Amino acid sequence: MHIPDGYLSPQTYIPMFAVTGTFWAVALRKLKKELSVKEIPYLTMASVFSFLIMMFNIPIPGGTTGHAVGAAIVATVLGPWTAVVAVSVVLIVQAIVFGDGGITAIGANCFNMAILMPFVSSWVFRLVRGKSSDGARLSAAAFLSGYAGLLASALATAVEMGIQPIIAAAPDGTPLYAPYPLSVTIPAIALWHMFLLCIVEGMLTMLLFRYFYKHEPKGLYWANSSVVGGGRT
Amino acid sequence: MIQKKLWIGLVIMALMVPLGIVIPEKFGAAGAWGEWSAETLSQMLGYLPDGLRRYAGLWNAPIGDYSVASDSDNTFVKSLSYIASGLIGAVIVGLCVFIISRTALRRE
Repeated sequence: MHIPDGYLSPQTYIPMFAVTGTFWAVALRKLKKELSVKEIPYLTMASVFSFLIMMFNIPIPGGTTGHAVGAAIVATVLGPWTAVVAVSVVLIVQAIVFGDGGITAIGANCFNMAILMPFVSSWVFRLVRGKSSDGARLSAAAFLSGYAGLLASALATAVEMGIQPIIAAAPDGTPLYAPYPLSVTIPAIALWHMFLLCIVEGMLTMLLFRYFYKHEPKGLYWANSSVVGGGRT
Repeated sequence: MIQKKLWIGLVIMALMVPLGIVIPEKFGAAGAWGEWSAETLSQMLGYLPDGLRRYAGLWNAPIGDYSVASDSDNTFVKSLSYIASGLIGAVIVGLCVFIISRTALRRE
C-alpha cells in the first residue's frame, strides 16, 4: 500500500499533499493543546509499533505480500488525531530512509494509512460499541475498527492508482503513471485485504485492545467515557 | 508496570521481524502489488510509463528495501540485516516522535 514515486500524477499527488498537510496542521495543534508529558512514551511506542508491524510481510496468493498497519489500535487507544501524528512519522521515515513509498507520494500514503484509516477505525469503533461496555461488544468493536480501517485504506490506495490511466494518459492513450485501471487495482489491492490482511489487522486490534482494556482501562481514548460519542474532544 | 511490558513487547517484535521476509519467501511471494520497481514494471508492460521514467530515480534511499544485505546472502545474513533495519528505523521513528512531542509541549 506504499505507493512509490512515478505511480501518481502531479494532479493527484499535489492535492493529496494539500489535504494531508491540512490534517497535519490540525493534528499538531491538537497535540500542542492536549499532550501531557506522561503520554509521550505511549505516543513514541505507538509509532515504533506501527513501524515494526509493517515489517511483517504476509504472503498473499498471486505472489505478492501485504501487511497490517497498526493505525486502528493507535486510534482506539490514543485517539485518531494522535494516530495521524504517530503513523505519519512512520510513513515519512519509511519513504526517506527505506525507500518504502515514494517521496512525491508521501501526501497520498499518509492520507491513506495515517489519516483515513485511523478516522474510519475510530468511527467504526464508536458505532459498534454504542454505549455498551460489555466485553464481547467491545471486542467486536475493536476487531471491526481494524478491519474497516485497513479496508478503507486499501480502497483509497486502489482508487488513487486506478484513476491514473483516466486522468493522466499520453495523447495516444498510453498511461503516463500507474498503468492499471480501477477494474484491476480494486480487486488486486482491496480483495486480498478483505479476505486476509483486514482480518489480521482486526485480530491485532482486538487482542491489543483487550490487553489495554484490562490493564489500563482509564487511559483509553474511546473506551472509558460514559458520554455518548466517547472520548475527549 | 504496563509501560515496561510494552517496551519489552516491542523489542521482542523487533527481533521477530525476519518472519516478515522468511515466510513470504517460503510461499514464493515477493513485494506488494503495485509497488514494482521501474525495471519490473517495464518488463510486465513492455514499456515504461513516462512518469516512472521521470520520477523513479528521484530519491535514493540509504537503506532501500530495509536491507543492507545483497541478494546472494543467505537467509541468516538477510534476517540479521532486516533486524538491523528494523532497529535503526524504530530508533529514528521514536526519536522523531519524541522531538515532535517535546516541541509540542513547549507551549508559548
